[in-house]
Amino acid sequence: MQPGELIASDHGARALRADDLSHAWTVLEQVMDPEVPVVSVVDLGIVRDLHWQAGHLHLVVTPTYSGCPATEVIEGDIRQALEQAGFAAPCLERRLTPAWSTDWITEQGRERLRAYGIAPPVGSASKRSLLGESPQVLCPVCASSHTELLSQFGSTACKALYRCRECLEPFDYFKCI
Amino acid sequence: MNSTQDDLIHYLLLLGDSALIQGQRLCEWCGKAPAIEEELALMNVGLDLVGQARNWLDYAAELLADGRDADDLAFRRDERAYRNLLLVEQPNGDFAVTMAKQFLFDAWHLQVLKGLCDSTDLRIAGIAAKALKEVTYHLRRSSEWVQRLGGGTDESRRRMLAAITQVWRFTVELASGSEAETRLAAAGIGADPAQVGAAWLHQVEATFASVELPLPPAASHFYLSGRTGMHTEHLGILLAEMQFLPRAYPDATW
Repeated sequence: MQPGELIASDHGARALRADDLSHAWTVLEQVMDPEVPVVSVVDLGIVRDLHWQAGHLHLVVTPTYSGCPATEVIEGDIRQALEQAGFAAPCLERRLTPAWSTDWITEQGRERLRAYGIAPPVGSASKRSLLGESPQVLCPVCASSHTELLSQFGSTACKALYRCRECLEPFDYFKCI
Repeated sequence: MNSTQDDLIHYLLLLGDSALIQGQRLCEWCGKAPAIEEELALMNVGLDLVGQARNWLDYAAELLADGRDADDLAFRRDERAYRNLLLVEQPNGDFAVTMAKQFLFDAWHLQVLKGLCDSTDLRIAGIAAKALKEVTYHLRRSSEWVQRLGGGTDESRRRMLAAITQVWRFTVELASGSEAETRLAAAGIGADPAQVGAAWLHQVEATFASVELPLPPAASHFYLSGRTGMHTEHLGILLAEMQFLPRAYPDATW
């Protein structure tokens, strides 16, 4: 692409370079969820698409819950991280469909949640797990299966409150959705 | 504006306003719920509903195309312009009233969202599919509370029975819908109010029967109707509090 092909006022627009997209993914892996600062937006599976469009990076981001108060903060953090990494004026698109699912949390994300003291979602977000009996949640501290549900809603909408009956530790469980 | 568009705007306001007012009522429990776990749950459910309300009102504002955005619709409309169900504007009362209202609303809400997941309007289907996941958890929790209170001690049962008696008359709006909603359903856009009403009653009947709570006779229409903006006196008071800041300080920002 020649410089003259771009609109003069479109600052920072440039042609896609070979490693731009993989570099952008690496940058996004450093952008943490403000409520659970050990998992990145990539671990959470909320970055649904990344491509180059009209000289800029274009991202599709999906919110976890309709009322998640972190949505704007996360979008701001993503924008800031990308700009600092040299991606001028990235375009963020918020998309609701398909609805986010905990099935999209990566294996690494699940491991990091557990290490942080939050039990990762058990099984897949099928209708059965949404409506059926409580899943068998392992204590993130002592790995006991001897746990009980205290409340279906925890410190944030995405979590439920559990207690381990072995080590007596109360803990958050990341609900299947 | 064509009539389908007009029907659709009213429908989006019914969905958005009902979620918003229910969410606002729940948040009145902040700082004074019976236990910390319940407080967290009430606030989380409220937050889900306010988020869903924003999605519906964003769409309504786009269709209205008169320069107002979702915030303007929430904070600068008067009581008569609100289209929420009468049930959700009723005061919280004690915890039994709060949970009875929540359950009756959730059971309706779930059926509406299920129907909307198949809407030919993909924007509606997308918002509904997301909200349905959240509302599934809401209904699970509120139905368990109806069972726990209804099948608990003499005192908790007395309170749940009193709560049902108190709010039942407003369920007339859950059991049936407007002609506009029937038209939208026929057009493949909205959920069929007759199907929603039947499935709602089925759910309520089953939950009540599980703890031997008697099902009251079907509520009958009376002179008020949230769908036409004829509200009980409680909505105005709620809006006065909710809208105070943006109305008194129109330029306020975060």
